[in-house]
Amino acid sequence: MKILVCISNVPDTTTKIKFAEGNSSIDPSGIQWVINPWDELSLTRALELKDDASSGVKSVTVAHVGTAGSEPTIRKALAIGADDAIRINSNASDAYYVAAQLSEVIKKEGFDVILCGIESSDFNGSAVGGMISEFLGIPSVSSVSGIKFENGSPVLTREIDGGRESVRVPVPFVAVVQKGIAKEPRIASMRGIMTARTKPVRIYEPSNVENLTEIAGFEKPRPRAACKYIDPENPALLIELLLNEAKVI
Amino acid sequence: MSVLVYTENWEGKFKKLSYELVSYASSVAEILNMKVTALSIGKADEGELKKLGIYGAAKIINVVSQQLTSLDNQAYTKVIADIALKEGSGIIIFSNNMTGKALAPRVSVRLKAGIGSGVSRLPVSLDPFTVYKRAYSGNAFAHVIIKTDIKILTLAQNSFDVVEKPTGAVPESFEIDVEESLIKTTVTDTQKQSGKILLTDADVVVSGGRGMKSPDNWAPLVELAALLNGATACSRPVSDEGWRPHEEHTGQTGKIIAPNLYIAVGISGATQHLAGVSSSKYIAAINTDKDAPIFEAAQYGIVGDAMKVLPKLVDAVKNMRK
Repeated sequence: MKILVCISNVPDTTTKIKFAEGNSSIDPSGIQWVINPWDELSLTRALELKDDASSGVKSVTVAHVGTAGSEPTIRKALAIGADDAIRINSNASDAYYVAAQLSEVIKKEGFDVILCGIESSDFNGSAVGGMISEFLGIPSVSSVSGIKFENGSPVLTREIDGGRESVRVPVPFVAVVQKGIAKEPRIASMRGIMTARTKPVRIYEPSNVENLTEIAGFEKPRPRAACKYIDPENPALLIELLLNEAKVI
Repeated sequence: MSVLVYTENWEGKFKKLSYELVSYASSVAEILNMKVTALSIGKADEGELKKLGIYGAAKIINVVSQQLTSLDNQAYTKVIADIALKEGSGIIIFSNNMTGKALAPRVSVRLKAGIGSGVSRLPVSLDPFTVYKRAYSGNAFAHVIIKTDIKILTLAQNSFDVVEKPTGAVPESFEIDVEESLIKTTVTDTQKQSGKILLTDADVVVSGGRGMKSPDNWAPLVELAALLNGATACSRPVSDEGWRPHEEHTGQTGKIIAPNLYIAVGISGATQHLAGVSSSKYIAAINTDKDAPIFEAAQYGIVGDAMKVLPKLVDAVKNMRK
C-alpha cells in the first residue's frame, strides 16, 4: 500500500496578511511559510498507519506543486517522516491546474491512497482533492475524519450533518480529510531533520494545462464597528441590544 | 441557457440553506436573463419540492435511483453533470457545505468548468465573469475571474438572504438507472443524533472557551443556547481537552460557521478561532481580559467573569420571553 499526501505551502496562520501594490498578490515579506494545517494532519495519519505493520502501508510520499522556493516546506514534510517527495516545478495558478499536474504524476507513479486536506488556508478552495479523483476516474470520499485498514481494506469515517458514517471504498481512492484525522500534527525529530536532507525529492516539469480561473485582486475585510461595552453588573442590557438594536434574537 | 442549482434534500426535506441557494440562483439568473432549474437527488414529496418554486426555481427536477442509497461522489457527479448538459446550464450552483465540497470539484473537472468556491455575494462583474469569495481564512476576500463557458459556484452558508419569487413550477420526478459499476463506496454504519440544531444551520451560536474553567461549568451556557434556539460550540483547546465533543470545535481547523449571532464566552479570539467565526453577522464577547483580541472582532462586549455573567443573561432572556 502506497500513500500519497498532497501538501500545500501556506502562510503561517498567525501571519498578518498584507497585499502587494495593486492588491493582486500577497506581499511575501515577513511571511513564515508552513505546511497547510490539514495536509500536516493527513501526513501525520499516513505515518501512523505506516508505523502500524498490520495496516499494510509500505510508503508515504508527499507531493507539492510549487517552485524551488517551497523546498523548505517539502524538507519539513520529509523531516516529519515522509519517505520521499515529489515537486512539480511550477507556480500553483488555480485548483484545476494543480489537480491536473498532480494527477499526471499520480498516473506515472501509481498510489493506492491519495490524501488531500479539505482546503488550503490561503485560497480556501476545497477543490483539489475532488478534482484529482475525477481526473483519475477513481472514487473520492470527502469530510473524512478517520482512516484505518481492516484486513487490508480501507475503512473511512465520513462526517455527515449531525453525525458520522463508516464508508468502505476500494483502492485507489482520494480521501479529502478534515479535523479528527489525527490528534496533533507530528513534530520532526532531530534524527528526522538530519535524514530529511538525504531523502529523494523527484522534480517533474509541469504538463501543459490551462488554468480555468484567475485572481483579479484581493481586498481586506471591512473593519467591524467598534465594540460596544456593557456593564458586567447589568448583562440584561446585552440581551436588550441583541433584541432591539441588532435584531438577532 | 439555465442556472442549475443543486438542492440537496435531507431525508426528503429542505432547509433554510436550500432556500438561500435557490434565492441566490434566481438573482444570478435574473442578471444573466436565464431561468433556474433546481435539481434534487433522492426522494422528496411533491409538496416539499414545490417549495423550491417559491424562491424562483422555474423548473424543479427530482431524480430518484434505487442504486443511489448514499452519497457516492462519482455517481452523483455523473448524474448532475448529465443533467447540467441536458439543461444547457451555463452556471451550476452548489452550497459550500460538505456535500457541495464533495461534488462541485468533480463536476468542475467533468465539464471543464472553472469553480468559484465559497462565494458570498452576487458576481461583481459579468465580463469578465468575476466572483467574490473568502480567502486567507477570512483575512481577505478575493475577486476571482472564471474563464470557462460553464461556471460553477459554491455559496457560503448564511451569506445570502432568502427572497420569495414564486413561479408555481410543478416538480418533475423521475427514476433513473445508474450503472452499478460506477458506485464504488459502501456505507456500512451510520451514527446520527437527531432533534439537535446543527451548528452549521444555527442562527445563534453560544460558544465557550478555556475561560469556562472546567467542563462542569457548561450548564448555563447550554441553557442560554437552548433559550435562544441556538447551538453550542467551543474553542479548540476545549475540544482538545475533551471538555466538549469535537463536533463543537469552531475555528480554522474545526467548523467554519456564519450565524446571525455568535456569543463567545471565555474565548480570547486567536486568529485561528476568528477564522472560523468571522463571517458571523454579530459577535458578542464575554471575557475577563479587556485586551483579548475577541473584543476587536465583537460589536458587543462584556468585560467580566463568565460564571457571574451567564446566569444573569439566562435570567434576562427568561424575563424577555415573559
